[in-house]
Amino acid sequence: MAFELNGKVYETDEEGYLVNLADWDEDAAKYIAGVENVEMTENHWEVVNFLREYYNDYQIAPAVRVLTKEIGKKLGAEKGNSKYLYELFPYGPAKQACKIAGLPKPTGCV
Amino acid sequence: MLHIVNKSPQERSTLESCLRVARPGSALLLIEDAVYAATRGNAAAEKVREAAQALKVYALAPDLEARGMKDAAMSEVTLVDYGGFVDLVAGHAVVQSWL
Amino acid sequence: MMTDEIPGDEPAGPPGGKVKKFMFVNRKAPYGTIYALEGLEVVLISAAFSQDVSMVFLDDGVYELVKGQQTKGIEIKNFSPTYRALDGYDVEKLYVERESLDARGLTEANLIVPVQVLSAMEMGELMQQQDVIIGF
Repeated sequence: MAFELNGKVYETDEEGYLVNLADWDEDAAKYIAGVENVEMTENHWEVVNFLREYYNDYQIAPAVRVLTKEIGKKLGAEKGNSKYLYELFPYGPAKQACKIAGLPKPTGCV
Repeated sequence: MLHIVNKSPQERSTLESCLRVARPGSALLLIEDAVYAATRGNAAAEKVREAAQALKVYALAPDLEARGMKDAAMSEVTLVDYGGFVDLVAGHAVVQSWL
Repeated sequence: MMTDEIPGDEPAGPPGGKVKKFMFVNRKAPYGTIYALEGLEVVLISAAFSQDVSMVFLDDGVYELVKGQQTKGIEIKNFSPTYRALDGYDVEKLYVERESLDARGLTEANLIVPVQVLSAMEMGELMQQQDVIIGF
């Protein structure tokens, strides 16, 4: 499967995750967010960028519990909780935000 | 605790690692290709004999039989059948399978 | 009325409520077989269940932690940075056997994460204190 933006082809798996991490760019993120019915605000980008940094450092997408904890450390307690993250990404911060960030599905996330 | 080893001592160092770590009073069960370690005259025999002074050493008889080695089993090693295998696992609170 | 369905921020409690000691024993080098990666993934998943998790690196398993792995040339994902994520998953007990390091010309300084180095004897004693041991 794939989608195309401005002549660039983005290959995805059957669930909509990007196949190649390196393909990701902001246009792809906006496109995937649109498919997921998520309107990207500054708060969304903060989480998406955090996830990309985390992946770059550790080569995995974090579990939700780890994500909330790390976000709390970095962006403050009012953002480091699942209520806040689920408001941004109603289908799950790890699953939905990872997809928008162009990361593989988190380990252990079915 | 019970240690279970299933690799031939000539091909892998698994048995050696297990004997290095196993504490006195533990049990060691040799199964599959590891039963060769329990036979007289094999290169690891001396190590097994020495280990048997601090550990209770068992070997799975059907695996020795299958390999034509049952008569070569060392006297320091207690042979068990599958029922004995189950009893050993059930009788120890901690089991480490050395893959 | 439906209550809040949002999952909590704390890990799910262990089934039955009793914390068990789980030890994962890693004895394989990283890229020749899938064992090392599988072992790491199992630990990351099990960390969600709030058990007392420890990881042991024995024999060739110590090669999993060597610094400076570069896997571009073999086209396999380098998962060594992921060991540094374990701390964030509350997996803080990493034990390495001294004899295994010595036999491979390695020291603690060669490893990508802080570990506790134990002798074979200490390792054996630690094993005896576990509820469950899972080997990779």
